[in-house]
Amino acid sequence: MINISEVIETNKMIEHENLDVRTITMGINLLDCADTNVTHLCENIYYKITRLARDLVRTGNDISREFGIPIVNKRISITPISLVAGSACQTIDDYVHVAQTLDKVAAELGINFLGGYSAIVSKGMTQSDELLIRSIPKALASTERICSSINVGSTKTGINMDAVRLMGEIIKETAAATAERDSMGCTKLVVLCNAPDDNPFMAGAFHGVSEADAIINVGVSGPGVVKYALEQRRGADFEELCETIKRTAFKITRVGQLVAQEASKRLGVPFGIIDLSLAPTPAIGDSVADILKEIGVDQPGAPGTTAALALLNDQVKKGGVMASSYVGGLSGAFIPVSEDQGMIDAVNCGALHIEKLEAMTCVCSVGLDMIAIPGDTPATSIAGIIADEAAIGMVNQKTTAVRIIPVVGKTVGDNVEFGGLLGHAPVMPINTFGCQRFVERKGRIPAPIHSFKN
Amino acid sequence: MNKSIITVVGKDTVGIIAKVCTYLADNNVNILDISQTIVQEYFNMMMIVDMSRMKKPFEVASTELGELGEKMGVQIKCQREEIFDKMHRI
Repeated sequence: MINISEVIETNKMIEHENLDVRTITMGINLLDCADTNVTHLCENIYYKITRLARDLVRTGNDISREFGIPIVNKRISITPISLVAGSACQTIDDYVHVAQTLDKVAAELGINFLGGYSAIVSKGMTQSDELLIRSIPKALASTERICSSINVGSTKTGINMDAVRLMGEIIKETAAATAERDSMGCTKLVVLCNAPDDNPFMAGAFHGVSEADAIINVGVSGPGVVKYALEQRRGADFEELCETIKRTAFKITRVGQLVAQEASKRLGVPFGIIDLSLAPTPAIGDSVADILKEIGVDQPGAPGTTAALALLNDQVKKGGVMASSYVGGLSGAFIPVSEDQGMIDAVNCGALHIEKLEAMTCVCSVGLDMIAIPGDTPATSIAGIIADEAAIGMVNQKTTAVRIIPVVGKTVGDNVEFGGLLGHAPVMPINTFGCQRFVERKGRIPAPIHSFKN
Repeated sequence: MNKSIITVVGKDTVGIIAKVCTYLADNNVNILDISQTIVQEYFNMMMIVDMSRMKKPFEVASTELGELGEKMGVQIKCQREEIFDKMHRI
C-alpha cells in the first residue's frame, strides 16, 4: 500500500517543483475532409474537429481535479493542411480562410493552440505546399491560436534548400506582418528537420499521415522536479547523477501515462504516445538552465554545457522509456531561450551565444528555439541558420528545428515581451557575415551517406 | 473498491482528524488506513479511503473537503490513488 512519504513526495513535486502535464494533444486526421470547394472544406474541417474534440477541455479539467495534477494545456494537432486543402485552395486568401476556420474551432473548443498549419517539403514542394507557405504571414497575423510548422529536410531525403530559402523570407514577412506585437507571429512558426508525426508540443505539432484517425498524445514536463532531485545529491559521481535523473524522469512519465490512459478511455480515442520533455516555462524553478547549473556549469554556455546537456537528454529518455512502452514525440530536454529564465539570465550576463546554442542543439531534443534576433537580419542569414540546424538534424538522425524571431524595429540589447508561456527575450546578436551566395543556389542538399560512420 | 487518498497539511490544531472523519462517515466513505507525520513543523496526515459507496460525485466531495480544510486553516486534498501508485510502483 502507498505510504505517507510517497504521497508527500508526489504532492511536493506538484505544489513546489512545478510538476505538471504540459499538454493533452488530440491528433485529428483531416484527410477525409478534402473537397474541391473551399467553403465545403472549411465546413468539413469545422464539424470533424468539433465532433471529436468537443469534450477535450472538460475531460482534461476533470482528470486534473481527480488526480490533483495540473494539466496546463489542451491542444489539437491536425493533418498537415497542405495535404488536405490542395484542391480547394487556389489562392493565398483561400488558405487564410482555412486558417481562420481552424482558429474559430480552437476558440470555441477552448483550446489554446492548434498545430498543423503545416507542410512536409523535405524533398520537394507541391503547388499546394508552396501556396500554404506563402500564406503563413497573413494566416498567423490574422489568427490567435494557429501554429505553423514546415519540415524542410530529413535524414532520408536531404534538405530542400529551395524551401529553406523561402522560409527565410517567410519568417521575415511574418515578423513584419505582426510588427506591432513584437513580431509575435514568428513564435508560432517553426522550421523542422526530421519532424516526428506524433509530437504533442507546439509549435511543431501536427498529425502525421502514418497516424490513426484520432489519437491522444500527452506531453509531460518537470524540469523543476529534476533540479530539486539533483540539489539533494550535490557532489555525487556521474553514476549517481544519471541514476537520479532517470528515476525522476521515470516518475514523471508514469504520471503522464496515467493521464493519457484516462483521457483516452474517457474520450474514446486511442492512446498514442507520451512525450517526456523537460519543457521549461518562465516560472522560477521551472528551468532547464537551472538543471545544467546544478549539474555543474556556472552558466549555460560555459565550457562543459554541451556534455552536461547530452547527459541530461539521454537520461531523461532512458527513464521515460522504462516508464511507458509508447514514448514518442520529441522526448528530451528543450532549450528555448525566452521560455526559460535561466537561459535569459545566461544571455544577459554574456555566457550564452547563438553559436553555443547551436552546438547544444546537437544533443538536445529539438533545436534553436524562441530566440529573438535583430529585425534587420537578412532573410538569407535566417535561411543560413535554418540550413545549419537542418544539417545537424539530417546528419545526426535527430529532430532539429528553428523558431527565431527577427523582431522588427529592435536590435541587440533590446528586450522583447511575448507574454504568458512564451516569456520574454533579450535580442541576441548573430554573425553579421552573409551567406547569400550559398543560400541562393537552387535545389537540395543530398541525403547523407548511411554507412562509413566514423 | 474506489480508493482515494486524502491528505491534510497545515498547522496542528485540536480536532482536525475528528472533523475529517465525521465528514467521511456522513458521506458513507470507509477509511482503510490513516498515518501522520510532522514534516518541517507541519502536520501531515494521509488517509486511504474507499469512496465506492459514496453518493456524491468525487468533485463535490473533493471541493467540500477543501472548504472544510479552509475553515480549520489547513489544506485538504483529495486525489485518486492511481497517481501515487503509478508513480511509486513498477
